[in-house]
Amino acid sequence: MVSGRGVDEGVFFLFWQGILDDQFTQLQMLQDESTPDFLEEVVTLFFDDSVKLLENLSESLKADPLDYKVVDGHVHQFKGSSSSIGAQRVMQVCITFRHCCDNKDKQGCLDHLAKAKEEFNIVRSKLGKMLKLEKKIVDLGGVLPFMDC
Amino acid sequence: MMDSCNCVEPQWPPDDLLMRYQYVSDFFIALAYFSIPLELIYFVKKSSIFPYRWVLVQFGAFIVLCGATHLISLWTFSSHSRTVAVVLTVAKVLTAVVSCATALMLVHIIPDLLSVKTRELFLKKKAAELDREMGLIRTQEETGRHVRMLTHEIRSTLDRDTILNTTLIELGKTLSLEDCTLWMPTPDGQSLELKNALRADPLNVIVPLHHPTIKQVFSSTRAVVISPNSPVCVTRIRGGKYMTGEVVAVRVPLLHLSNFHFGDWPDAGARYALLVLMLPLDSARRWHVHELELVEVVADQVAVALSHATILEESMQARDLLMDQNVALEHARQQAETAIRARNDFLAVMNHEMRTPMHAIIALSSLLQETELTPEQRSMVDTVLKSSNLLATLINDVLDLSRLEDGSLELDIQTFNLPSVFREVLNLVKPIASVKRLQVNLTMGSDIPDVAVGDDKRLLQTALNVVGNAVKFTKEGCVNVIVGLERPEYPRDPRYPEFCPIPADQHFYIRVQVRDTGLGLNPQDIPMLFNKFVQADSTTTRNYGGTGLGLAICKRFVNLMDGHIWIESEGVGRGSIVTFVVKLNVPEVNHLSIQIAPTSQPSGSGSRTDFSGVRVLVTDDNGVNRMVTRGLLNRLGCEVTLAASGRECLHIISQRSQAFHVLLLDVCMPEMDGYEVATQIQKRFPRRERPLLVALTANTDRNTHEKCLRVGMDRVVTKPISLEKMRSVLTELLERGSTFDLNQRL
Repeated sequence: MVSGRGVDEGVFFLFWQGILDDQFTQLQMLQDESTPDFLEEVVTLFFDDSVKLLENLSESLKADPLDYKVVDGHVHQFKGSSSSIGAQRVMQVCITFRHCCDNKDKQGCLDHLAKAKEEFNIVRSKLGKMLKLEKKIVDLGGVLPFMDC
Repeated sequence: MMDSCNCVEPQWPPDDLLMRYQYVSDFFIALAYFSIPLELIYFVKKSSIFPYRWVLVQFGAFIVLCGATHLISLWTFSSHSRTVAVVLTVAKVLTAVVSCATALMLVHIIPDLLSVKTRELFLKKKAAELDREMGLIRTQEETGRHVRMLTHEIRSTLDRDTILNTTLIELGKTLSLEDCTLWMPTPDGQSLELKNALRADPLNVIVPLHHPTIKQVFSSTRAVVISPNSPVCVTRIRGGKYMTGEVVAVRVPLLHLSNFHFGDWPDAGARYALLVLMLPLDSARRWHVHELELVEVVADQVAVALSHATILEESMQARDLLMDQNVALEHARQQAETAIRARNDFLAVMNHEMRTPMHAIIALSSLLQETELTPEQRSMVDTVLKSSNLLATLINDVLDLSRLEDGSLELDIQTFNLPSVFREVLNLVKPIASVKRLQVNLTMGSDIPDVAVGDDKRLLQTALNVVGNAVKFTKEGCVNVIVGLERPEYPRDPRYPEFCPIPADQHFYIRVQVRDTGLGLNPQDIPMLFNKFVQADSTTTRNYGGTGLGLAICKRFVNLMDGHIWIESEGVGRGSIVTFVVKLNVPEVNHLSIQIAPTSQPSGSGSRTDFSGVRVLVTDDNGVNRMVTRGLLNRLGCEVTLAASGRECLHIISQRSQAFHVLLLDVCMPEMDGYEVATQIQKRFPRRERPLLVALTANTDRNTHEKCLRVGMDRVVTKPISLEKMRSVLTELLERGSTFDLNQRL
């Protein structure tokens, strides 16, 4: 019935807030004895990648003339990685961000960039904290509760 | 005596007429003198008080001796002997002594006697005064008695008219009045109207309040003497005009409330009546102070009695009103009960009568669908089936709701497997969701108990309704269902923060949240959504159908389970979040051991759990995606190679000695996208030798799907991929691929 490590309380709270969605659960399920740091690696990679992506996005939006295709490309990337991680709110922002790119709406793009940064920061701070805490628990020999999905 | 004398006149012979007269007079004098003391003694003896006995004796002696002298002198008219002369002399001497003594004594006595007279006069005056005062006291006592009697009369009745009439009559009697009148304020409060009178005819006489006399009387707590010419001095007309003596008027406070403290009555805003008392003209009577006091006392008593009467009137009115209302309520209650009974009977009948034909229609239409039909006929049958299903839902909803409304619905409590309820819900909506290309995800918390006690059917119905709505109103994106144990720190309903579930030993609360990326809602519309027959927008019914009862029913069920349901939305087009919290009971210990098998296995039957030896090449320009996909495939036991671009992918393929079984291609890549890679691969490899091509795309629309298939992709998978999806895709692919091919590759 039970399969692998699972979602604990702290992270579950992020589910209620819509910050994370089911995809994150999937990732947690992929972590086992043979890959104990899988989740941490993926999440760290996501954080680093996204920081770079956001910088690129800012740069591309400052360019004159604005090349919406480039902007769209970056947003597409961001959307992909955030959806793989399960950062739901970030992904939602990216979806509407793309609409702005399609409509060539510069102000909309700038607003969405700010929003994307904000949502990303939320995920980063909350998820980062949670994971550090989890790591501590595991390091100290504790066990994270199981989940059934 | 007969000696020579020096008289001028010649001596006169003794036996003359004069002598005779003297003789007689002396005799009478003596007689009188002797009788006077006798009379005195007689009367003194008769009277009881006589303080002057000694004087009487003296006086008696004096008189007696005088009388004796005069008597003896009788013998001196003729010749008389010496003895007579001696006796006469002795008598005269004695008389002289006594009379001198008496004279001396009288000097003492006469002032006394005179003062007696004065005292007598004084005493008479005093007696007269006392008499008068006695009369007054008696009058006062009578008056007091009258007042007591009057008060008793007034207070013995609570009828306003009797009080007033009795007052007037008794006052008239007590004070012997010409007339006595009572003036009450008119409803408009501007004037006084003559309401009750002893003798006068109340002929709608009205006097304005601003009259100086009235003002004067109202401003004083005492009875005031007023002029007989003032307009309130109305009495019966005799001889063509009012004839009254002195008039007195006093104010009678009218109280609306029962809080009276004598001497403490509020003056401001108080209403007064006026009591006017008129003395008869004929008598020269004037108003005495004690009479005024009597009048004031009576006025106070009247005020008290009137306020009691008012209170009684009011409470009688209130009681009558209440009785009427009671009767009306009773009637209404009976009507309501009759109506409910009628409704229940109707429902009971309709329940069966309506459902039976509906089922027949639906069943037969479904059967008809299975037969051979022309396209026209098929579309007609489809419509019939759709409409009947809708009607059946409508009927069920309405019947359910009616039963929920009157509280006749009871939960069907059982022990059941909690997680399977939600899995069932997901299974039920998956078909529709996949048609709409929506992702539906279920995340369940680790602390959800496996077994719970409650009404699982209604829980399922509620969850299904909510998730169904989410799916219905979402065109693209996803629907996420999150189920977990309720905790106090979880955010509460902003519109109803009082709902705060507290778990206990015997029960617990679960929180279910359904998030969608659908139409969203205007925050203003949210409160109405749980009302019957309301949908957020009138166009919703047109476009999406439905009765609008679903949420109302959900709310009733949730309430029956001691829970709460609420909706949040950031706005139109921003999706919505429906959350409900319900109470479930902890199962008894012996039930826990019953493992109720979940209704569906997480993995489909016959799916492999181990793909060891399967070589997969993942091509994706996104680093995170690569890592995640690799993790997924590793979990399934595959051998994974990563490529960051289409070019790299082709390069790796050409390099490798051992071929790959499966190629996972992200379709949206810069430079060379997945389609091109696929085309290239098709060119390079013959059909049987090439790896299986799986397209990974975030797009759910039909065009992408078709394009992928056209370029030769074997499968199209939507991102993000779950473990289960990957497992099922791989299973299907590897089985579909001919065993010959598979063996060759292995």
